[in-house]
Amino acid sequence: MNAKFKVVLAIVIFAGGWIMGSSNNVAPVITSSMDGASYSGGFQSDDSIRAVPKRSAQGNIHLVNPGDSIQAAVEAAQPGDTIRVMPGTYSETVYIDKDDIHLVGVIQQGERATMDGLGKLNDAILYSGNNVVIENFRITKYKGNGIMGQAGNNFEIRNNVIIDTGIYGIFPQLGTNGLVEHNVVSGIEDAAIYIGMSDNIHVAHNEVFDNVAGIEIENSRHAVVENNIAYNNTGGILAFVTPGLPIKTTEDVIIRNNFVLDNNTANFGAPGSIVSGIPAGTGILIMAADDVIIEGNIISGNKTAGIIVNDHSFATTITMDVESDPNSDRTMILDNVMLNNGYDTIPEVTAVALTELHTGLVDIVHVGPSNGSCIINRHRYRAVGIGNYGECDFTNTDSTESYLLAGGAQPRVIHPSERGEIAYLGVCTGCHSYTGRLIGPSVQVIQAMYAGNPEGLVEYINAPVKKRDNFPEMPAQNYLDAETQMAVANYMLALEK
Amino acid sequence: MITCITAISSVSRHRFLWLGALLLSAFLSSAQASSSDFVLADQCPPSFALDQNNQCRLRNLYQLYDSLQDRGLGGLKTALPEHRDGFSPQQIDLGRLLFFDPVLSADKNLSCANCHNPGLGFSDGMGRSVGARGQLSQRSAPTLWNSAFLQSFFWDARAHSLEQQAVGPLFSDHEMANTPQQLLADINQVEAYPELFKRAFPDASDALVIDNIAIALSAFQSSLISLNSPYDRYAHGDAKALNPNQLEGLNVFRSFVARCSQCHTPPLFTNQQVAVIGTPEPAGLPRDIGAQETFDAQRLRGGFKVPTLRNIARTAPYMHSGRFATLREAAEFYTQGRGHAVPEGEELLLHWHISDPNLTDTELDRLVDFMEALSDESLMPKVPTQVPSGLLSGKTSISLVTASGE
Repeated sequence: MNAKFKVVLAIVIFAGGWIMGSSNNVAPVITSSMDGASYSGGFQSDDSIRAVPKRSAQGNIHLVNPGDSIQAAVEAAQPGDTIRVMPGTYSETVYIDKDDIHLVGVIQQGERATMDGLGKLNDAILYSGNNVVIENFRITKYKGNGIMGQAGNNFEIRNNVIIDTGIYGIFPQLGTNGLVEHNVVSGIEDAAIYIGMSDNIHVAHNEVFDNVAGIEIENSRHAVVENNIAYNNTGGILAFVTPGLPIKTTEDVIIRNNFVLDNNTANFGAPGSIVSGIPAGTGILIMAADDVIIEGNIISGNKTAGIIVNDHSFATTITMDVESDPNSDRTMILDNVMLNNGYDTIPEVTAVALTELHTGLVDIVHVGPSNGSCIINRHRYRAVGIGNYGECDFTNTDSTESYLLAGGAQPRVIHPSERGEIAYLGVCTGCHSYTGRLIGPSVQVIQAMYAGNPEGLVEYINAPVKKRDNFPEMPAQNYLDAETQMAVANYMLALEK
Repeated sequence: MITCITAISSVSRHRFLWLGALLLSAFLSSAQASSSDFVLADQCPPSFALDQNNQCRLRNLYQLYDSLQDRGLGGLKTALPEHRDGFSPQQIDLGRLLFFDPVLSADKNLSCANCHNPGLGFSDGMGRSVGARGQLSQRSAPTLWNSAFLQSFFWDARAHSLEQQAVGPLFSDHEMANTPQQLLADINQVEAYPELFKRAFPDASDALVIDNIAIALSAFQSSLISLNSPYDRYAHGDAKALNPNQLEGLNVFRSFVARCSQCHTPPLFTNQQVAVIGTPEPAGLPRDIGAQETFDAQRLRGGFKVPTLRNIARTAPYMHSGRFATLREAAEFYTQGRGHAVPEGEELLLHWHISDPNLTDTELDRLVDFMEALSDESLMPKVPTQVPSGLLSGKTSISLVTASGE
């Protein structure tokens, strides 16, 4: 047994799966920090924060070496599989339109699997499936986004280094329950990490710098943004409602224990983009978002202001939307360390400050109406526009560890009879009616052939063969899952009219 | 539904209008059929289940999925937006007869189907549609496919239900140009209709009223479902349903360079919002202010509702006034530069996703390939061979039959 084979075998045993693909490169033993034991130190700890439910069984492992296509491995993979990408350079767009795929870069002596868009490719990684994990990549020189999700629930995006890549570094959109952590994102012309129209999100331990926006929570609910460092951006951390989007609210956002430092980079956002209106020197910006808590952050050296809270009327370049509430209601500011903010602010802030005879540094500025906002220890801050803030009746958010859903977002529960009806009416009735020929034979004819034999009908719809000269061949329905196929076969055979 | 056309010129149309008005009663008595010739369906159209209350309920594979905040927006396996259904089979079938019946228009020469022709993607192939008085209207006729899923209607989003929409063209001077009084009088003169309305609205003391005409037309429109395109098969899990070019197109479509899917969001391929994108008007025409009027908002000047792209390959030309003849031209508009077609002195607050994506010619071709994969007409309703007024004949019916390829 040669050494190479032993190593490969070790991985197979460790992962309980089977390695697919070539292995002209020796793969190291991969230890997932999400699934191993936790150091207890004498304490009983809670489960770690995670968004993708732990697998009950590990599927196959597909190994991708330089020169191979990552996308080919995605296409070969089944839900439950893991794709491991060895260090090297890959120039492609990877799209994951299936569930439960873990796409993992292998880091060896600091060398990462690098996706290089060469300044020509659009996005590095797109996913739409649920329970997708993307980690350990280095992504650079794409024109669009580094990692973009459309509607996948339960996702984890971690340990990626995304440098000088297009519009957004990491952009999950329209998904529920996601974790974005330990990423380093820099040189992005919009937001480095942009949570768009999503629910139940945790953004933690990321380093974002030299971007227009560091971390942006937009038209999303139930998000915790904690323990990140955002520096040298135009704006550090933002919670927005952008009008004109189809999902209208941002609510329940906790921004805590972040470093928000020196976000004074001149705005280089594209003309017309929402972030192009952010003044350089913005630490934390709340616009039309409700129930935002700001706690425990170190906010320093942001030249316009440490915290800006405003309504839509303060932003002149955004659209009108009658369904969008323009005000920032219930902003809650707990203890934060604020140093040397607003030392070179914009005329709009100066004007607001002057109405309160305030000059000099500005830690906090609130512009526009606000209902139910509060603050504690207001005497500490150089603040303007917070005269109507009450005293908060709580002092911390310790009891909210995260807004992630225990066990993950669950798929819709469909009763088998309902599933059969949905598939029959949604798919079959385009070609089959109960009596008489439509495009295919009538249901009555099919019932006569498969009476008491739904398995036979399932077999046929999986791989139809031409049976009648004057009928077109039926397209295979093998994309429906086994449960749906059996449900529709039973439903069709029981149909009475 | 904006306006309607016929195959004949506006000059002869004017003549026909007078002729039609003078000869209507004679015409009706000689050509129309009796109620016994029309049996309203007692089963729902395909894809609908009949419930215990004699109401048709839509079923489709997207009902296996969820969507964020139940808004029907997302990626591949995402539920559709809330929809209208629950009409009876009889109401849907009566709506079908009304939809194709020219007796609904002032000159008895235009039916809904003239501008929403099933053979032309329930549009009319025109940049701007032609009304009953022969004049060009301001905007193009939108498709009716999947209108059951829409929350607002007309390009400028001014109506909020199918019923509210249906009466718009009927009584618009630029479209079918009828009046409620005239319409009721005419329909009552058609032998079959009073009985058909009683069957479709059995609980109504007076079944033949404008509201029920609107309900029946809405019922028919709610049955125009297109959710079995190659794209849909791909979405539900058939990896081979899109060919390589279409797949490449999907990735351009949802990329953050082209950004198409940010507004034409799956699964309906519209986010149902108003967007100002700054397309050029037809030569010589002033700026169509669009949703500025609806919302009394300067910031929405030149804004229009984002249209669905389902069956978009069937409904050329494109944009609110049909400015672009092909899908390729329509796609190309987005890569020619933010605001490139906005004339000097015109102030438009362009949508933030109107950018400078610099798409390649190949990418534009692939986008067209992908949009063509959004076509599905498997649930095409039957065009009636005759309608109760007997007016589905001559030029009207010929143009319909030719267009639908039957």
